[in-house]
Amino acid sequence: MIRFLLGRGLQIAVVVALTSFLVYALIGLMPGDPIDLMLSADPNLTAADAIRLKALYGLDQPLLDRYWHWLTAALSGDFGYSRLYAQPVWEVLWPRLGNTLLLMGASFALSLLVALPLGVLAARRAGGLVDNTVNLLAFAGISLPSFWLSILLILLFAVHLGWLPAGGLGDGGLLDRLDHMVLPVAALAIATVGQHLRYVRAGVREALRQDFVRTARAKGLSERRVVWGHVLRNALIPVVTVLALDFGTLFSGALVVETMFSWLGMGKTIYDAILGNDYNLALVSLLLATVTVLLASLAADLAYVWLDPRIEPE
Amino acid sequence: MSASVAAPRSLGGALLRRPVAAGALAFLVVLTIASFAAPWLAAWRGLDPEQVNLLARAQPPSDVHWLGTDELGRDLLLRLLYAGQVSLTVGFAAAFGAAVVGSAIGLVAGWAGGRLDALLMRLADLLMALPVLPLLVILAALDLGKLGLPPDVAGAAWTGLARIVVLIVLVGWVTVARLVRGTTLSLKRREFVLAARALGARDRTILWRHVLPNAASPIVVATTLSIGNVILLESVLSFLGLGIQPPTASWGNMLTNAQQTLWSEPMLAVWPGLFIFATVMAFNLLGDALQDELDPRGRSG
Repeated sequence: MIRFLLGRGLQIAVVVALTSFLVYALIGLMPGDPIDLMLSADPNLTAADAIRLKALYGLDQPLLDRYWHWLTAALSGDFGYSRLYAQPVWEVLWPRLGNTLLLMGASFALSLLVALPLGVLAARRAGGLVDNTVNLLAFAGISLPSFWLSILLILLFAVHLGWLPAGGLGDGGLLDRLDHMVLPVAALAIATVGQHLRYVRAGVREALRQDFVRTARAKGLSERRVVWGHVLRNALIPVVTVLALDFGTLFSGALVVETMFSWLGMGKTIYDAILGNDYNLALVSLLLATVTVLLASLAADLAYVWLDPRIEPE
Repeated sequence: MSASVAAPRSLGGALLRRPVAAGALAFLVVLTIASFAAPWLAAWRGLDPEQVNLLARAQPPSDVHWLGTDELGRDLLLRLLYAGQVSLTVGFAAAFGAAVVGSAIGLVAGWAGGRLDALLMRLADLLMALPVLPLLVILAALDLGKLGLPPDVAGAAWTGLARIVVLIVLVGWVTVARLVRGTTLSLKRREFVLAARALGARDRTILWRHVLPNAASPIVVATTLSIGNVILLESVLSFLGLGIQPPTASWGNMLTNAQQTLWSEPMLAVWPGLFIFATVMAFNLLGDALQDELDPRGRSG
């Protein structure tokens, strides 16, 4: 187990290092050179000043040297400054990571709460009217563009009915925060529930075909105990794996939903950073997002082992 | 495994017997024809989709403008159809590109095995694990001029189209690559492949003539299902201002403008989204039906 964790930890470190270098290199190809921006902000600067500024900030160094410098600083906990917010990147990101995890956690839970019972129901009546309806609804969910869904939700609940705020985080009070959470959480949950439904349905269908189900029925267990006790647990094993692989998709969905509802999370930060030429912030945000996603998939692997004791972690 | 490609006629017949799949197919055919016939529709109605008319802003549907006009007085239906050309082109091109790249990588990885296989599959794992949209948002903002493209190429409208196709292919090849690698691995030891090798056939011939045709069904299913996804990605990037740039219409960037007039002109925000939704849904239902027909056991490995 410890070897497994160490191995996976190493893998995550390699992935993060590779991603960081890739993105660091790409940032040089972004529009809006920082020195050019300074020159346009201050007409008194001359070409000689520009060269001196370049040397001062180390921008005349080769790419690998600059990356090494950035990496060693990052490893000692210094992730640099955000141009847009004039704060250390870490101080900008820390509260936003919490906001994103709150949004993703709540909508993930909501999505599963809907997908589990519906998926089981559909799988037990495979091919029937209920199954076909659920399948159609699942595809509708998968096919809905989440930004359009967000617009529709705002249109209905904020503009027409006036029941809920159209965006923002609220003033800090718990009830107000909950009020502001309803629409974004609903939007993200609707965007993911279709895929979750299909995973659960496929998993349960497969599990229902196994021999142990016949055995459980033969020994006289009630259908409810068979399904919720035996089938579901086995059906969940593949479901957990694909859910973990889907965590990146959840993050992508969060970027859209956060942007639509002005929810100050990681996704919105990456988008705002790109639009505002704040590339250091964009780089660190993407890395943090990657680490989060990889840790989630590690957690899913551990859940996998817990659900299925037959599996030995490699 | 048995799946050599089903004869097209029987496959088509099977699809047409499923009402949902037949409906989806019919919708896509009508949409494609209408989108690419949009210039003739414009000429016939005497309308110009690019013509800004500030006196006819946001008009309700009428005999002249069947769905009304947008916030700049342009005919909404025509712009939706022109945008359809863009979305369908990007959808087909990127899905096809991802299928070609994915098949090539899958064949090579499965056939060569060893270190190359391990390397390519770790790369696939990495791409699966990364949050795709944040990555695409960063990649889509790259200044092509700094990549060495001359400014007139970097700024051209078709470059925007090509850029988005390339980006989606870069992250989209993984699914097909895994499917093809799986098939290649299992076929590698089958008698007919061994026989072909023993007869002295070259690797390329074996892969092209014997292995690839056997992987055709899962490739077709995965590609059909991915077109919907591609259209969703394109529309969200265009919506965020990082994809297809105005004045070229795309369903995504039409929604960007509509968002600003949400309070006064809600219908401008409804129509483009409805087109995205219906198109993506149609491709997904079609892919699902294809999967049932070609690969009844579900996900093939």
